[in-house]
Amino acid sequence: MARMKFLCDAERCIECNACVTACKQEHEIPWGVNRRRVVTINDGVPGERSLSVACMHCSDAPCMAVCPVDCFYHTQEGVVLHDKDLCIGCGYCFYACPFGAPQFPQAGAFGVRGKMDKCTFCAGGPEPDGTQAEYVKYGRNRLSEGRLPACAEMCSTKALLGGDGDVLADIYRERVTHRGRGGEVWGWATAYKLPANTPATQGIPVPPNTPATGAPPPGGTKS
Amino acid sequence: MLRSCAVALAAAAAFCLAACGERPQVVSYKQGTYQGKPDSPPYDAQYKGNRQEWENAINTRNQAQNEYKRVH
Repeated sequence: MARMKFLCDAERCIECNACVTACKQEHEIPWGVNRRRVVTINDGVPGERSLSVACMHCSDAPCMAVCPVDCFYHTQEGVVLHDKDLCIGCGYCFYACPFGAPQFPQAGAFGVRGKMDKCTFCAGGPEPDGTQAEYVKYGRNRLSEGRLPACAEMCSTKALLGGDGDVLADIYRERVTHRGRGGEVWGWATAYKLPANTPATQGIPVPPNTPATGAPPPGGTKS
Repeated sequence: MLRSCAVALAAAAAFCLAACGERPQVVSYKQGTYQGKPDSPPYDAQYKGNRQEWENAINTRNQAQNEYKRVH
């Protein structure tokens, strides 16, 4: 059985936000809720990197661990889903999630927090597959139609891959082999070190207010 | 001399064994069980329970993401 995962290739992501748009359009996500978003690190600095982030469908999901009403479950394919009928909108999952995946729509007046909404890997939820009830609560169930998530299939540069984790790993490995590099785009060195082609590393004088190492310039990181 | 040695030994033993009575302060977490409605597998509705056919469809889409295989 496939174990569904997302993989975003930072070398390919061009921050076009098509994945975000595809997700919102596919599931008619309400205003103020973003199941997926693009995060850019070192924005504006040569060599900036962008990553499309949503629920990573963790194998040992923290949201699942902290949920006081136990409304989360893993499908056979490793997708983390939840039952909105059970969710009380407490927000514990939001604090536990390292990716900021759980979203809370405004429900009613005075900004009252509604039930949690998050990426379903286009796998719907605990309602009969393909029904209106499932669509209204969880969005379209593309997986039951034999399709992969809309965000991944929409990605123009194929930066965002979705599907069986083993297959994705093979695809990414093949890319790295063709590029002759790319294994280094993951990890701390990418996120918190200046890229190799910045002025600071090329001997070009840097303005005094520019940080010399590590941290991006003030306001340089956005999400 | 003997007495001071004994006192030092007792002090050393007390110091070394001080942590032995310490109890773990981290609460052991017990995984909860899902309390919501049961969900059906994705191949139940449209693929009428034919798991192999569904997996083939997903795998075809999966492989189509690899343009190195698609273009040639």
